[in-house]
Amino acid sequence: MTENVGTRFDRLPATPDEREVEGRPTRESVVAWWDDRFGIPPETFDEYTFWERGAGKVWAFRGDAPSPIEVQGLGLFVLRTDGEHWKPTTNAVQRFGATATRNVVVLDEEAAATFVRGGDQAVDWDGDWGYLIVARELAGDVAPLGVGLFIRGELRSQVPKGRRIDR
Amino acid sequence: MDVLARYEPLVDDYGAFRAACERPLPTVVRVNTIEADVGRATDALDEEGVGWEPRAWHPGLLELGTDSPGNTWPYFLGWLHGQEEVSAIPPVVLDPAPGDRVWDACAAPGSKTTQLAAMMDDRGFLVATDDTLGRLAPLRSNAERLGVTNLAVTHADARNFSLAAFEFDTFDAALVDAPCSGEGTIRKNPAALDGWSESFLAGVAGVQKGILRRAVQATRPGGTVVYSTCTFAPEENEAVLDFVLDAEGCRIVDFEVPLESTPGVTEWQGETFDPSVERARRFWPHHNDTGGFFCAKLEVAG
Repeated sequence: MTENVGTRFDRLPATPDEREVEGRPTRESVVAWWDDRFGIPPETFDEYTFWERGAGKVWAFRGDAPSPIEVQGLGLFVLRTDGEHWKPTTNAVQRFGATATRNVVVLDEEAAATFVRGGDQAVDWDGDWGYLIVARELAGDVAPLGVGLFIRGELRSQVPKGRRIDR
Repeated sequence: MDVLARYEPLVDDYGAFRAACERPLPTVVRVNTIEADVGRATDALDEEGVGWEPRAWHPGLLELGTDSPGNTWPYFLGWLHGQEEVSAIPPVVLDPAPGDRVWDACAAPGSKTTQLAAMMDDRGFLVATDDTLGRLAPLRSNAERLGVTNLAVTHADARNFSLAAFEFDTFDAALVDAPCSGEGTIRKNPAALDGWSESFLAGVAGVQKGILRRAVQATRPGGTVVYSTCTFAPEENEAVLDFVLDAEGCRIVDFEVPLESTPGVTEWQGETFDPSVERARRFWPHHNDTGGFFCAKLEVAG
């Protein structure tokens, strides 16, 4: 859990022109990132505002609220922008990842089990390296399981310890 | 001390009541319709060979043929949430609409919060409050695992909750699933009654009255407040309703939940309560093979 980074949420500016805090991502850049990286349609987020709590932790809230706001949680923690590469959360991928059209690696059941246990594994993937949506077929459609880091032929599970299950 | 014996005068079949309290609860989950519809969730259970049986009154509540639902694929995906059957009653009674502003005043660990969010189609403005920091972590992690995005989580004592942080000054509805002595959870937790005392009842009833009163104040005229507990004690149930009827402008209204139940009681240990507390419902463990529960629906005066 991320209990120690304060309780202040600031709404992301719509565009760079409205930015008051140096380096803060914008709503425009966040929506564009989901589209560029995964093909998730921008209209997915039409009803959402995006918020930063602590540096680089972005939350998606369906609605709006006064900014800044002091609360313990506001919507869903969806994205980290503090690293060199932006990293989506497991929960965001499960919530919004079903419409993704690229950088989605679909695993068979055995490989999916390794992934949800938190295991790393070699996978046959000739697309981009970096953070991928990891999915499996379930009940008639592809179901996004979470985030994997693909690097040098290996898919490293990013499922947080508290979310792993023993399959 | 045999705590449950004090309820013998309130129960139709005391032997069946005591026998039910000795049995473990069935494993029940709720389908999280924010992430999957009931058909897809049950297809996923079928694919991994886990048996399921819907509860007749609520198609999204499934009794599962496994003791560890948390290890199934649909659970990992946030399609299922482990939730006792009677715990699903208050959101159904509150019946929020997408777009409503709703306050869950004693929200942790979030089973009813996330059910409210799903009933709101993850729209509107849902505020979940709890006064215990250590309980906010499970509340938040449950809400996040289930993909809830219309929720603000706040740390506050609901008795003096302030809406100053928000852009609105009343809610359309509020749920007070009050902290209580938990007598009705005896099937889940056989030690539930170990710390029981009449002085504890008196103390917790004071808290319950304060929270319910604040919830009525924070809800718009004509809005709905639902009060629930998982305990049998009239001190924590009908007596709390009786207090708020006097203290605030509101009335108790009828509601329908297609589970067997008995009316609220108007007399207890020499005290009498407002006759309208009969509109509250008592859910006994032996009637529906559940935990024990109490629920009332209030309408705020116009």
